[in-house]
Amino acid sequence: MTLFLEQVLNGLQLGVMLFLMAAGLTLIFGIMGIINLAHGSIYMIGAYAGTYVAMETGVYYAGIPAALAAAALTGSAMEFLVVRRLYKRDHLDQVLATFALILISNQAITLLFGRQPLFIGMPEALNSSVELLPGLFYSSYRLAIIAMGLLVALGLYLVINRTRIGMLVRAGSTNRDMVRALGVDIRLLYTIVFGLGALLAGLAGFMAGPILAVQVGMGEQILITTFVVVVIGGVGSIRGAFFASLIIGVFDTMLRAYLPGLLRQVMAGSEADALGAGLSSMGIYLLMALVLLIRPKGLFPAHS
Amino acid sequence: MSTPILKVENLQKRFGGLTATDDVSLTVTAGEIHALIGPNGAGKTTLISQLFGELAHDAGSIALNGQKIDALSTPDRVARGLARTFQITCLLPDYTALQNVSIACQVHRGHSFHFMTDAHGNSELKEEAQSYLERVGLSDRGGALVANLAHGERKQLELAIALATRPRLLLLDEPMAGLGHVETQQMVALLRSLKGQFSMLLVEHDMDAVFALADRISVLVYGRIIATGSAEEIRRNADVKTAYLGEGDELC
Amino acid sequence: MTQSSSKFLISVCVMVALVALPFFADMLGQPALTSLATRVLIYGIAAASLNFVLGFGGMVSFGHAAFFGVGGYVVGILYQHYASGEPLFGFLPGTNQLLVTLPAAVLISGAVAAVIGALSLRTSGVQFIMITLAFAQMLFFFFVSLKAYGGDDGLIIRRANEVPGLNMRDKQTIYYVCLVAAIVFFALLSKLVNSRFGYVIAGLRQSEQRMAAIGLSAYRYKLVAFVISGMGAGLAGALMANFMRFASPDMLHWTKSGELMVMVILGGVGTVFGPLIGAGTFIVLESLLASWTENWQLGLGLILLFVVLYTQGGVQALLERVFGRRS
Repeated sequence: MTLFLEQVLNGLQLGVMLFLMAAGLTLIFGIMGIINLAHGSIYMIGAYAGTYVAMETGVYYAGIPAALAAAALTGSAMEFLVVRRLYKRDHLDQVLATFALILISNQAITLLFGRQPLFIGMPEALNSSVELLPGLFYSSYRLAIIAMGLLVALGLYLVINRTRIGMLVRAGSTNRDMVRALGVDIRLLYTIVFGLGALLAGLAGFMAGPILAVQVGMGEQILITTFVVVVIGGVGSIRGAFFASLIIGVFDTMLRAYLPGLLRQVMAGSEADALGAGLSSMGIYLLMALVLLIRPKGLFPAHS
Repeated sequence: MSTPILKVENLQKRFGGLTATDDVSLTVTAGEIHALIGPNGAGKTTLISQLFGELAHDAGSIALNGQKIDALSTPDRVARGLARTFQITCLLPDYTALQNVSIACQVHRGHSFHFMTDAHGNSELKEEAQSYLERVGLSDRGGALVANLAHGERKQLELAIALATRPRLLLLDEPMAGLGHVETQQMVALLRSLKGQFSMLLVEHDMDAVFALADRISVLVYGRIIATGSAEEIRRNADVKTAYLGEGDELC
Repeated sequence: MTQSSSKFLISVCVMVALVALPFFADMLGQPALTSLATRVLIYGIAAASLNFVLGFGGMVSFGHAAFFGVGGYVVGILYQHYASGEPLFGFLPGTNQLLVTLPAAVLISGAVAAVIGALSLRTSGVQFIMITLAFAQMLFFFFVSLKAYGGDDGLIIRRANEVPGLNMRDKQTIYYVCLVAAIVFFALLSKLVNSRFGYVIAGLRQSEQRMAAIGLSAYRYKLVAFVISGMGAGLAGALMANFMRFASPDMLHWTKSGELMVMVILGGVGTVFGPLIGAGTFIVLESLLASWTENWQLGLGLILLFVVLYTQGGVQALLERVFGRRS
């Protein structure tokens, strides 16, 4: 039972990370109509910048502003130099231009940091376990990530539902032309949305550092999973992104934890492990296929 | 009385809090031109889109030739004899006028799973398409790309394409919108020449054209039909006058 | 008339050049040129297949590497069963006959494309892009997990498939086999885009609303186009497996899908032969940059960015603009 709960928590932790990515991606698409493959690159750059600064200074928390600043800087450079020219283009041009940004970012990072991954330990204060329930010990760092993710989700909820910018964001994701027609400075709104997405991605990248290796290609790995989240949640919907992230996070973690074991009951150990690993990496895509069969527009479509 | 070509009963469509189509019932009988008029934002195009299956209605029923078509997709409705023209023209921009019509002829003839038969060189399709272009007065513009057609010519082309699907009922969404005086006269003459061969539901702002063409007129205001009758009856109807005068819109 | 005859003249010249290429390569002491040309032909087929849905049909598939990889694996798996003598699924004997493996690869990639297409085409636009990418990624993981067929490491094909009467160990022979496949493929493709079916597919790209209004149900036409396109990519994958004597999950990697799209845009979207030119440009560029710096992807990224942002219609259009020639 404690093992099961631990896996649920692992799933939630993966889920909130996915949410930090998916929220930005889905907003950028919903409001700006841009499909941004380079969102994963911002995640990677945030991870590298934050981890590097944290390692150099020896202070983990110094990495947070560094990651956010690097992500914001990269994000605004991308928006200003490339994405801004893509608003009126078709999706094909957007895909290819942001694909080019991935190639450029990956190589730039390789030039700066080499091919060796960076490793960073967890911060002192969080490098321990908490006893959540009798017998259930869980990493404080991972708990902190979950808390941070939920805080961000709450913050986004408040901003989107309680502020003027949030109102424009909501209006923009359901009816882009209407916002344009209202005479809102759409440029500014776009920059805010893109910047916000970049910040969240940078934060996610830095927080992932102590759990995963910080390496080139980390961005694309999470990006494709994020796409699955966005499709399941409904493109453009923050609420959908939130629930789909948690569902995917828990589902994926559970499959990886339990499927090989289940298969081992019916076949040889090594084969079961290989097949189990394969099937569990395919699991989220099969889930996506299932959702598409039932609800082609996702679970919480933004454009009703 | 014979079965009407189109029979709409208690049609409803809501967008959130807005009722775009409010309990609309109307009929179009064989050979008739039934005009639908109303101030801007009355929901005329929304109604057409529902009849054509591009928008799903929330309640009510639509019957074509006595058969319910509510559940049918747009292509299936076209196969049953429904055709529409678009107010903001919806054409294939990379194709010539002739190609726009011939692809409609091709689709009408059945499935298009011909992987190796050359489409562009097919003289039978071309001739048929050309005959529709002639019918709407575009016979010498067949080779022109849609991008190079004038606004009025695009409106004519819309009609030619609709005719190429061999419809029984034409849903015409403001075929005169944006046309000059002379072009409007031509379009009126063209529609009159088609009268009797096709039934038409004509959405139009140009009152002269409506009064010249329509057998019956329905007035749509805020999604509701407030009156239906002959041109004379509509002219005299007090409700219609208030609705239009209140909107400051033109009537005659 | 003069235009079509000059087109004919150009294609004859290109054809002669392609047939003569291995001789010149040997004469110049650059036999690697033949291998380079073989890869161009193979990727040209794959990119042109993608372009049929992407450029003609307006369906931006970001998962075409999946069909490319499936084609490759069909050749690899059939070869492995041929070599080991164990039948596949207990009853299907393996084979190393190209005339069997190529059609098998085409059919199976078509079947996979039918499943992926049937699901993906329920959506459109940006969802379609993400979903095709995700399904390709799923197949990538599928082949990674197939330990019996090499898993991560891929599947080595010790000898290229045989064709009666040909010496397939010779790289030049493989080049000619690919050339014949490419000629047949491109001949069929140009027939297809000018056919009634192709006419409808291009119409759907321009306005799906208009096509519905003339009575066309888009879904099945798009699905068939998607399947045809997947079959073409599978053919290319099968040729590639024969050429490299190797099939691996790398063939299905998402960057491969991206590269195919890059080839399409480099050559010019929505033309029959553009992707072949694009594949040539891409592969030559890649080899040049890679021989120059190990960070060749940086250069590629910058070039791609430039092409997307500042040229409309790829290298072909760029050349036409520079030389003022309009086709």
